[in-house]
Amino acid sequence: MLIHPEEILETIKMVSSENLDIRTVTMGISLRGCSHPDIDIFNENVYNRIMHYAKDLVKTTNDIQNLYGIPIINKRISVTPIAIVAESCDTTDLTSVARTLDRAAEDAGVDFIGGFSALVQKGMTPGDLNLINSIPRALANTNKVCSSVNVATTKAGINMDAVALMGKVIKETAELTKDNAGIGCAKLVVFANAPEDNPFMAGAFHGVGEPDCVINVGVSGPGVVNSTVRSLQDPTLGDISECIKKTAFKITRMGEMVGREAARRLNVQFGVLDLSLAPTPAIGDSVAAILEAMGLESCGTHGTTAALALLNDAVKKGGAMASSSVGGLSGAFIPVSEDADMIRAVQRGSLTLDKLEAMTSVCSVGLDMIAVPGDTSSSTISAIIADEMAIGMINKKTTAVRVIPAPGTKVGDMIEFGGLLGSAPVMPVHNFSSEQFISRGGRIPAPIQSLTN
Amino acid sequence: MSSSRFIITVIGIDKVGIVAGITQTMAEYNVNIVDISQTIMDDLFTMIMLAQITEENFDLSAFQQAMSEKGTALGVEVKVQHEDAFRFMHRI
Repeated sequence: MLIHPEEILETIKMVSSENLDIRTVTMGISLRGCSHPDIDIFNENVYNRIMHYAKDLVKTTNDIQNLYGIPIINKRISVTPIAIVAESCDTTDLTSVARTLDRAAEDAGVDFIGGFSALVQKGMTPGDLNLINSIPRALANTNKVCSSVNVATTKAGINMDAVALMGKVIKETAELTKDNAGIGCAKLVVFANAPEDNPFMAGAFHGVGEPDCVINVGVSGPGVVNSTVRSLQDPTLGDISECIKKTAFKITRMGEMVGREAARRLNVQFGVLDLSLAPTPAIGDSVAAILEAMGLESCGTHGTTAALALLNDAVKKGGAMASSSVGGLSGAFIPVSEDADMIRAVQRGSLTLDKLEAMTSVCSVGLDMIAVPGDTSSSTISAIIADEMAIGMINKKTTAVRVIPAPGTKVGDMIEFGGLLGSAPVMPVHNFSSEQFISRGGRIPAPIQSLTN
Repeated sequence: MSSSRFIITVIGIDKVGIVAGITQTMAEYNVNIVDISQTIMDDLFTMIMLAQITEENFDLSAFQQAMSEKGTALGVEVKVQHEDAFRFMHRI
């Protein structure tokens, strides 16, 4: 037999007991041809365009799941940032566009649709402003729509006017969804250096440099990596890195195979494979557990940033060998609410907002799915965003903020979102004001390393 | 599809009649065995088969369901997966 029985059983074990899965198949759809001054016609164009490409997406991915016996958890759609294609609409309220996206996502049978987005790192157009102002109502009136705003890049610097505005938008979104613990904020990401081919929500959108329609795949396997690291006998950190690389290779190959088959069957281009260790609330499927397997008593203690750097780098090295189409946000995600061991680390008091911020300088994304007290001021939220954007800008990497100031909650409360979003302990923020700093506005200029042309 | 070869794995507690039962269902669906190996691994009965499907319009999901039901009747877990799922992961 060409394939060794032990290899076959290893694959089966990864799926059945270690939570290996294809986390997302995301169809990116360009809406650039949909623009129209009349918002009703625009909405109709958007709906028809999405359904044209996505009507067979769910059926096709289900067929592939059965063929290979590998679970495909989420089917999603990302679209061209709505701020761009709705720029010419002669109305300022874009909530109806969000409702249209929601209806299309519902009818296509996908879990989420991303792209209620704007890119405003250097400044805002009227369309961008309309979109940002519409975000709270859009997220409060839809179930599946995700929103993101890119407010900084290494090349352009940080748009502090947009940062100040996003603090208010997050507060308002939390208020409008207060009956559901501020869940609207779980679908809203503020980015620095947003990748335009990212299949992971809530930050997914279909970038302007992308083809008309594309299939991107996100693979995840923290459970598999955790299990292999724990099986090593008294390893050095070099041994651990080697082991993670090999495992990441195998996981990535699986995603490559599924992505190419999905693209072939749907007759669209294959885009990128995003190999990410994205945790779930399931036991063992945790990034914090991997860090603890390396020898840390509790995630967040001294050494955590170094352990995360090792993990993230090894994941990328293994994946780069396995596929020539690695893109998106590849690396390790450290959302708090979606990772059972991260939640435990917060409750134990070993993991704080400040340590999480430090960790984001060496891994994918940033302050992700973090609940803060409901009375946190918008300027404090803006200041948290500004810090995270600065890390991304200076280090030429993607960073993001997804915080939830759940109305009426205080430090130590638990807020429940259910499903993959999990539950989050409310974490303390600094009580000293950042009001004056944020109210100055303007732009933090691009750093010297932007001058690489 | 680049090939129509499938890996069939049967894992469970050993007892008389597993091989006979599984291969009978395969024969009913006209599925040919290319290679077969059977061993006891970690105290579990483990049978791995490489099977070939030649029909153009083979109903894979019906076959997968029939195999799964037969497995349940025999007290074992049966999986039918395209061989690429294993080839891609372990071979460059």
